[in-house]
Amino acid sequence: MDIVISDFTKKYGAQRAVDNISFTVKTGEILGFLGPNGAGKTTTMKAITTYLKPTDGDIMVGKYSVSRQPEAVKKLIGYLPENNPLYTEMPVVDYLLFVGELQGIAKQDLDNRVLEMIDICGLEGEKHKKISELSKGYKQRVGLAQALIHNPQVLILDEPTTGLDPNQIVEIRELIKKIGREKTVILSSHILAEVEATCDRIIIINKGKIVADGSANELRKKLSGKNILRISLEDADPNEAFEALKTVSGVEVVDFLTMKESKFELQIDDGVNPCRDIFQLCVDRKWVLTEMTPVETKLEDVFRTLTM
Amino acid sequence: MKNIWIITKKELSGFFDSLMAYIMLIAFLGFSGLFTWLYLADIFLINQASMMAFFAVAFWTLFFFIPAMTMKSLAEENRTGTLEFLLTKPISITQLIAGKFLATLLLIVIALVLTLPYYITIASIGQIDHGAVWCGYFGLILMSCAYIGIGVFASSISNNQIVAFLTALVIGIFFHFLFGLLSSQFTGFFSSLFNYLDAGYHFESMARGVIDSKDVVYFLSIAFLGLTGAKISIEKKQL
Repeated sequence: MDIVISDFTKKYGAQRAVDNISFTVKTGEILGFLGPNGAGKTTTMKAITTYLKPTDGDIMVGKYSVSRQPEAVKKLIGYLPENNPLYTEMPVVDYLLFVGELQGIAKQDLDNRVLEMIDICGLEGEKHKKISELSKGYKQRVGLAQALIHNPQVLILDEPTTGLDPNQIVEIRELIKKIGREKTVILSSHILAEVEATCDRIIIINKGKIVADGSANELRKKLSGKNILRISLEDADPNEAFEALKTVSGVEVVDFLTMKESKFELQIDDGVNPCRDIFQLCVDRKWVLTEMTPVETKLEDVFRTLTM
Repeated sequence: MKNIWIITKKELSGFFDSLMAYIMLIAFLGFSGLFTWLYLADIFLINQASMMAFFAVAFWTLFFFIPAMTMKSLAEENRTGTLEFLLTKPISITQLIAGKFLATLLLIVIALVLTLPYYITIASIGQIDHGAVWCGYFGLILMSCAYIGIGVFASSISNNQIVAFLTALVIGIFFHFLFGLLSSQFTGFFSSLFNYLDAGYHFESMARGVIDSKDVVYFLSIAFLGLTGAKISIEKKQL
């Protein structure tokens, strides 16, 4: 089920929370939605779930429009809202039965479906407890269980792993990945490592506009431009090494990192790997190679450059 | 219809899971019992087999109890964010509000059913006008519809339950009391206008055993206006 967002704008009074954004999410894709606070992530997600009405533009979920056929869209979507609102006075099982009924699951399937969700989300030991008695991690699982109970085609998760411990985060990530194979998933997060680990594609949004769109690798490449290699040598004369390194094929620019020691940063042409040649050079000149590190631009840097 | 019932069921079990329903039932039966049987203008003082004493006290107790029962309905959902959760499920705002309305109304009906022993007792100790009693009960239910409508509306405009409670009381006091008072201060058109807006005027004629369509229309239109207002105020949050 594809989600097509076209020229979507959302205004709160005079302020444009989301300003004319368009993108498409395909079936089987897990899209990570990144952005600083107030960038418009949650607004966009709420609009996809039909909770907020677009000021301008439209969002299509499958063949239904959120503004014209909201009831049809609601049936297709499983949604975990930002702060995971739950009826805390209800026991877990009762709550899931209630959501299942609301989602229109047939009576004879309802019990099985609820038990299945309890199993998938690891709530076996807590199913008869009141939701208010659960820890944050378990509450989050209840939230995920209610979003998944009607086996939706589209899953919208607004910060699904906040408040979870590292083990739970890994479990939830695995769960999302597993589910994401057949479904369309959009998730937002502040944790870049999480988005990188879970998502096939990342959209970075800032001040209501899309500033980057692509896989984690593509985004890194786009920003750093060239591949960078950092090397350190011992027993070498810095100037001699500088000249020699320039002659290695594939090395475009050589930079001194420090003048005293032989530490260099090399800019490498795309698609070339000069590591072997550099190593051979060092062997020939009897230099000791103490470091050779490809410098990766971190997603954090990409994020900071794009949104600062 | 099914969606409305799902909400009603959940709300009703919520009333009974918290102490709300029990407190309300006990307090309602206690108050109405006290004033019907033991205190002030009670049945033995009037020395007549009639339920007028009960209806007079129920008229006031429901006025105070209904806002207390409806104050939570939408205000709490809005405060905790469960309103967003509900509205992203395949259920319309109208169904949600109707479900909430029906749950409170059912609780009131349960309370009124529990007062039937008063009626049976009075009927066994004297000649009672059965028609008037049933009309009176019907009038109480209609009046409850109106106040639930007002209460749900008040609950939709704030996410603070106390504010919702007080708002419902303030709106309610106009219909319950102030319009009647105003009508006695005016003559002519305004007098009859305010008189028509007074809930007591409509209720009393029903408690005497007269069901007039204008009384039914009066209570149901207040309920309808309140619920429509609630719907509009939720829709505004989504814009």
